[in-house]
Amino acid sequence: MTVLVALPVLLPLAAAGMSLALGRFADFQRIIGLVVLAAIIVDAGVLLYATDRTGPVVLQVGGWAAPAGITLIADRLSALLLVVSAVVTFAVLIYSIGQRLTDYGRERASTTFHPMYLVLCAGVSLAYLAGDLFNLFVAFEIMLSSSYVLITRRTTASRVRAGMTYVIVSLTSSLLFITMIALVYAATATVNLADLGDKVALLPEGLQVALGLLMVIVFGVKAAMVPLHFWLPDSYPTAPAPVTAVFAGLLTKVGIYALIRTQTLVFSHEQPWTLMLVIALITMLVGALGALAQNDLNRMLSFLLVSHIGYMLFGLGVYDVIGLTGVILYVVHHITVQATLFLVSGLITRHTGTVALSRMGGLAKAAPMIAVLFALPALSLAGVPPFSGFVAKLALLQAGAGAGTWPAYAVTGGVVFTSLLTLYAMARVWTRAFWGQVRAPEPDPDPDDELVVGTGNSTRPMVAATGVLVTASVVIALFAGPLAGVSERAADDLMHGETYREAVLGGAR
Amino acid sequence: MTDDLTVNFTMAVVLAALYSAGFYLLMQRSLMRILIGTVIVGHGANLLLQLAGGPPGRAPILGDAAPEQMTDPLPQAMALTAIVITFALTTFLLALAYRSWVLLGHDEVRDDVEDRRIRRLERRLAESEDEAQEEELEREATQ
Repeated sequence: MTVLVALPVLLPLAAAGMSLALGRFADFQRIIGLVVLAAIIVDAGVLLYATDRTGPVVLQVGGWAAPAGITLIADRLSALLLVVSAVVTFAVLIYSIGQRLTDYGRERASTTFHPMYLVLCAGVSLAYLAGDLFNLFVAFEIMLSSSYVLITRRTTASRVRAGMTYVIVSLTSSLLFITMIALVYAATATVNLADLGDKVALLPEGLQVALGLLMVIVFGVKAAMVPLHFWLPDSYPTAPAPVTAVFAGLLTKVGIYALIRTQTLVFSHEQPWTLMLVIALITMLVGALGALAQNDLNRMLSFLLVSHIGYMLFGLGVYDVIGLTGVILYVVHHITVQATLFLVSGLITRHTGTVALSRMGGLAKAAPMIAVLFALPALSLAGVPPFSGFVAKLALLQAGAGAGTWPAYAVTGGVVFTSLLTLYAMARVWTRAFWGQVRAPEPDPDPDDELVVGTGNSTRPMVAATGVLVTASVVIALFAGPLAGVSERAADDLMHGETYREAVLGGAR
Repeated sequence: MTDDLTVNFTMAVVLAALYSAGFYLLMQRSLMRILIGTVIVGHGANLLLQLAGGPPGRAPILGDAAPEQMTDPLPQAMALTAIVITFALTTFLLALAYRSWVLLGHDEVRDDVEDRRIRRLERRLAESEDEAQEEELEREATQ
């Protein structure tokens, strides 16, 4: 049973090695990637069922007891996120294989993409499963170092520029992460998350606040929380569509996950947590207003991504079971929808040959399939019923209304306002790109809109993969009841860390 | 542990110097300086990790010394991992700086797209203003 916890990390790492060694066999690379990711979906599904029925599954690596050894733990939250992430990474892999087949044919393989992609998946899984701070750091580094390679692959001048910002910002936050771990260890002599919960409570209050804020900054950079978001809209849009999709869907959400995990398990806050509410409001507004100013489709989506990070911070700011239920629902919804939108954006830009909204037009007639694939997730992101975004947003609004303080009410208003802005931004894309006349290609006055992706017609695998994710988002809405049930139980686990601590430390306490 | 951790003043000064010099370099324009900055902050962070284990003692090998006299081995293991990671990332950044030099002829971190767009807009506006002024002058001249 416990081996299931290690598989989501071990399988992709082993496959990455094989994929790198046998890089000349293109088909082998593709098949092993798909098989491994499919296996992780199954594995994560079993884990979710098991953790929901019988409580957290814990693996003490190498048999070393909890506070000193390496702990991998899957509870309801991590198992749920593991399932969603595995589905998204699987769909994105199909999409990218499809894109590769269209552009280069069957024979030519990419030697770096597949191994790096699998390493990225391993890093994401490890971040969800890590039971101590240092392992979380290692997970972040596995994830980030492969993302550095993915974002700067086939370097052009613009990718080098974007890659530089991305690498330097991430590296700085990693160095702060090590500093934070050192300070936490100096204060408590442990890095085990379950153990930290007890020990941090004994520290003087000032030290608790300082360590807590340092963690908020470290994970805030990774989650693109305003004012630490500036690197995101600048670096994500330059990468190829599948890479951006998986970054936007997963990497920021791993930051949010780490933030939720540490701020509930290790620290305790007043209820509601006003500082986080304020940050949430600013994040929502800055992101949404930034999105409205963009002409570049990918940059617009990146700003919307920042804006919707604010929703998740809002749920964390409310800091009770209902609020965290909302966050979990929102994370599940947002991982799928944001990845889908970037994949669709890839289809759109392939079809039109530009990323500038002002130079698109008439796509609804020229490519009705793309129009459908865009419309569904766009409406879902804006929170229109009956899509998954509506379910998640409703949970957050309920939490905000029930929190009972003025800052919480103000941010609840902000949530509604930002939803309207999101809808407006999506309507803007719709009227510019999908309605109107098909534009004849003409020289572009703005050199930054140049596209580096191929402009051949989109193929079936790419459309199919996007379709799978769109369906997944509809399925989330259909099964909102059971999903909300699991999320609520997961949120309950988070607020009362006893089950987690009991599972990790066992008799050691 | 909180109760028996005495802060070594020399080490505190060294750490302060490493962190401030490193972050100063991180804020520079040239990628080479940023690279040296990350290396220096990395050293600082790893040193801090070492110091987090408390005052130095005997080597942590079973049977060599009593457990109370040993140095805490955990921060050393963590520092070792962190050193490997920072080393690998430094190499990557070095490769990126080289690629930037090959592609662009320099290793400066360029302005972001937004800033460049605003500057172009400004230039375009200034040009159209110039044109308007010239037209006005011509009109005055013909009158």
